[in-house]
Amino acid sequence: METLNVTYKPFGKRAILVQWDADYDVNVLEIILNFKNSILKKRTKAILEVITAYNSITIIYEDGIENIYDEILALKSIYLDCDSSNIVKKRLWKIPVCYDPKFGVDLEEVSVKNNLNYSEVIGCHSTTIYTLYFIGFLPGFLYLGGLDKMLHFPRKKTPRLLVEKGAVGIGGSQTGVYPQESSGGWNIIGNSPIQFFDRKRKEPCFAKPGDKVQFIPIDVHQHKEILKLVSYKRYAIESEVLDA
Amino acid sequence: MLKVISAGVYVTIQDLGRFGYMDVGVPASGAMDQYAAKLANLILGNDQNDAILEITLGGSSFQFLKDSVICISGADLNAELNSKPVPLNHSIKILKNSVLKFNNPVSGVRAYLAVKGGFQNKIVLGSRSFFKEITKKFVLRKNDEILYNEINSFNIAQSASVKVKQDYFLTKSVEVYEGPDYQMLTNQQKNELTTTTFTISRENNRMGYRLEELVPNDLDGIITSAVLPGTIQLTPSGKLIILMRDCQVTGGYPRVLQLTDSAINAMAQKSTGNSFNLKILSL
Repeated sequence: METLNVTYKPFGKRAILVQWDADYDVNVLEIILNFKNSILKKRTKAILEVITAYNSITIIYEDGIENIYDEILALKSIYLDCDSSNIVKKRLWKIPVCYDPKFGVDLEEVSVKNNLNYSEVIGCHSTTIYTLYFIGFLPGFLYLGGLDKMLHFPRKKTPRLLVEKGAVGIGGSQTGVYPQESSGGWNIIGNSPIQFFDRKRKEPCFAKPGDKVQFIPIDVHQHKEILKLVSYKRYAIESEVLDA
Repeated sequence: MLKVISAGVYVTIQDLGRFGYMDVGVPASGAMDQYAAKLANLILGNDQNDAILEITLGGSSFQFLKDSVICISGADLNAELNSKPVPLNHSIKILKNSVLKFNNPVSGVRAYLAVKGGFQNKIVLGSRSFFKEITKKFVLRKNDEILYNEINSFNIAQSASVKVKQDYFLTKSVEVYEGPDYQMLTNQQKNELTTTTFTISRENNRMGYRLEELVPNDLDGIITSAVLPGTIQLTPSGKLIILMRDCQVTGGYPRVLQLTDSAINAMAQKSTGNSFNLKILSL
């Protein structure tokens, strides 16, 4: 890890981008999340937002930065002293998904073109434990890493104008759930009845970067039942604390 | 209460934005032209973050159901109070039942209407700014009513006004910094960015503006990473997209340039068919 190349770049006058020379790597994710914690703890300059992604952190400041290169030096020294002892407990979230073709409108295409039958697609998608890298695109959209190569499938050339709330999709080497109705180019293989974003909660999204996610197959009837519980705010997403 | 008689092209409520939730995918939002929004509040002695109405291109009219003092800043949309022209950047007394109408744009695109004390719509995740799926409404429609506090007396000096340079709208030179992915460009592409006169296409809204002129490239996408209001992305088709206040928090196209804060405000006052040149500043 010592050899990992890190670059610091100004991003306008009010933000700094820190980028690791890596792509999708859980070890880098750990480094990034630790660095974020240290920045929030140690940096006294007023920070508006810290956005982490696969291989980057963007720090947005409340005001323009007088000397951006001084601020970069301050961040570099925080990075050097970054201690990894304060790792937050991670959780594994069990997300119910109904893979019935009623919801999985692209299930057939994905199976045929990948030479799999339905139960192989579902089995493969729901046994993998995914890593939540970050949340972006839409409020509560989880960027998950770890999709099995067997299920990789190119995005649609023309995105659908309307993808249903809860739609579970595959886009290239990524998989995820549309937290709200949206346009989108991913191939839809199922639907999750749970709420990924609740504006009325202090922490509107239950999961945090670094957490794990597994999809639990349910049938159409269970999907309907859970949807009902969610609407009464009586559904608790199953989860367990993971050992470090 | 302010009643929407006619919604016109596009009217939303905005403050200076929603912060602290970008890491769960929530855009910043906020007034497109923050300079004008702050100015309107300043003239009324409001907090600069008080909620204002953002009126895009006019065609809108409103009725005040309580006495108030207002100020209009930003675009000149030929505003009329009870059928009489009203000046920009002045505090104006409003008697109950008055009707304020915004007509066609004379200059600029977005006007800001501030009321004394600010509009009192519900705060969601720390902000009153409209955004789909975050706030209940994402655009104002006919017959909507918006809360504001009644003025008890007009006795306090209510004749503030400010002389404003409106020319920030009209500038044809848009100031930018090199974006984090600028170095991915060839010298020719860099050159094209500063020598081309760019035109805003019809596809422009609070999320972003697509430009007409192309910058051909065979750049790979980047690994999905943060984008900001004012980021200029270069897409594989050569189209440039200027991200605006409602933009997503992450993206996968190279971030070639970044507008200065005041350039974002100026861009908010431009629309379809307007043209400009980019001028790169050093940090």
